[in-house]
Amino acid sequence: MNPHQPSAAPAAIEEARGGSAVLAWLYVGIPLAWGVSQTFIKALALFK
Amino acid sequence: MADTSSAPLLDRSRTIAPPGYNRWLVPPAALAIHLAIGQAYAFSVFNKPLGSLLSGDPANPAPGDWTPTQIGFTFSIAIVLLGLSAALFGKWLERVGPRKAMLAASLCFGGGFLIASLGVSLHNIWLVYFGYGFVGGIGLGIGYISPVSTLIKWFPDRKGVATGMAIMGFGGGAMIGSPLAVALMNQFKGSAPQGVAPAFIAMGIIYLLFMQFGVWTIRVPADDWKPAGYVPSEEHNALITTGNVSADNAIKTPQFWLLWVVLLCNVTAGIGVLETASPLIQETFSDAAMGAGRGVTAAAAAGFVGLLSLFNLLGRFFWSSASDKIGRKLIYLIYFGLGVVLYALIPTLGHNLQLTLYVVVACVIISMYGGGFATAPAYLSDLFGKYQVGAIHGRLLTAWSTAGVLGPLIVHLLHDSAKQKGLTGAAAYQNVFYTMAGLLVVGFLADLAVTAVNEKYQEKGPVTIEAGGH
Repeated sequence: MNPHQPSAAPAAIEEARGGSAVLAWLYVGIPLAWGVSQTFIKALALFK
Repeated sequence: MADTSSAPLLDRSRTIAPPGYNRWLVPPAALAIHLAIGQAYAFSVFNKPLGSLLSGDPANPAPGDWTPTQIGFTFSIAIVLLGLSAALFGKWLERVGPRKAMLAASLCFGGGFLIASLGVSLHNIWLVYFGYGFVGGIGLGIGYISPVSTLIKWFPDRKGVATGMAIMGFGGGAMIGSPLAVALMNQFKGSAPQGVAPAFIAMGIIYLLFMQFGVWTIRVPADDWKPAGYVPSEEHNALITTGNVSADNAIKTPQFWLLWVVLLCNVTAGIGVLETASPLIQETFSDAAMGAGRGVTAAAAAGFVGLLSLFNLLGRFFWSSASDKIGRKLIYLIYFGLGVVLYALIPTLGHNLQLTLYVVVACVIISMYGGGFATAPAYLSDLFGKYQVGAIHGRLLTAWSTAGVLGPLIVHLLHDSAKQKGLTGAAAYQNVFYTMAGLLVVGFLADLAVTAVNEKYQEKGPVTIEAGGH
């Protein structure tokens, strides 16, 4: 039996969870970044 | 762990996280709710289109077109309902868990748009009030408090960071909601008056779907869960309790009402700036004051409003996170102490036509306004424990509803009175800012008076979350 096998599964789970967290943050981060950029563009008029 | 696979899908037990669950999945779930309901702050984007449904020309409303006051009332109803529903449904939320509450919030908020769309199509303002204001307002209240206690339980070591992230979403919601509404109205302009009704339908569906991410990914930690390596601080902070106070007992304590006053003063003062931001900067830095062609235009004023929204968002995260380091009481003393100075400074900067400094000061003020919202749940958790902190927070939000009425009222009364005296420009607003600075002094004193909650209000013996709502 591969001595590394017992720890491989938890490591894979950890990796998957990390990946899920990244996707979850992108789901909310992309619309927020779009909204912030739109606001920032509008705010530039103040400095013209 | 008990087998919960046969429990209904929305049951609280089905949301308990398995061992090893990544807690950083929880803030995005909370943000999915707050980014959606934060659209409420952008409701004013509909003012002109809604006010010209019959005439088709915002500059020339037809007889029978809705007035700005009639339309503005929709937002007021929504904010009042936000506070009332947060107060009324807080204990229910603690009992049923965040998933069911978030689903209810999404149905109310999305459904509110659909009902309001019908009101727009039939040109019936009462249906708009009922849809967006009443039903949508309930969605706002339940949605606003639904992830708060869950986040506090997942992040006992960073309560301010966690709640700051979620409540930051409410500030950011307007930044998404405003351009989204404009884009949708432009898209549907050919098929309906001003494109409002189909835009409402589209937004109702978009938000309903967007919020489902939060509904189905939210998890609560097991009762005995703690972050890896987390040891509750041994440092003595008399304000941080190890006990738990129920929502019913919390409102019997002077600390709850002191915090109510703290939030009321902070929000009322902040709304004073937000409510008047566009006319304020245009009148203070007008062509007459600055010289022909050098005054602040309407487009630049819109940029100022956008900048304030941005700092409202940033302040929610920055100040709330800072409160984890320096303590909640001290951070509110900073909001109020620094706030008094900055509010009192605004009229002087206006008189001296120092535009850049004026904008910077206004941005700092609004960042602390947002910070006040975001730090409140962590302050409540410090004082009353995490047992029913969501429900207590819901009751505290009635201060927001009150401020939502009080703030604009104070501003309009003082500004109208100054106008009647013939004051113009910065002078027309100086009493507004001095009054708001006075309110901040009251807030400062209320925060200063906050002490630890008397142990007689604490629950005796261990508490379970499931018992929280009974």
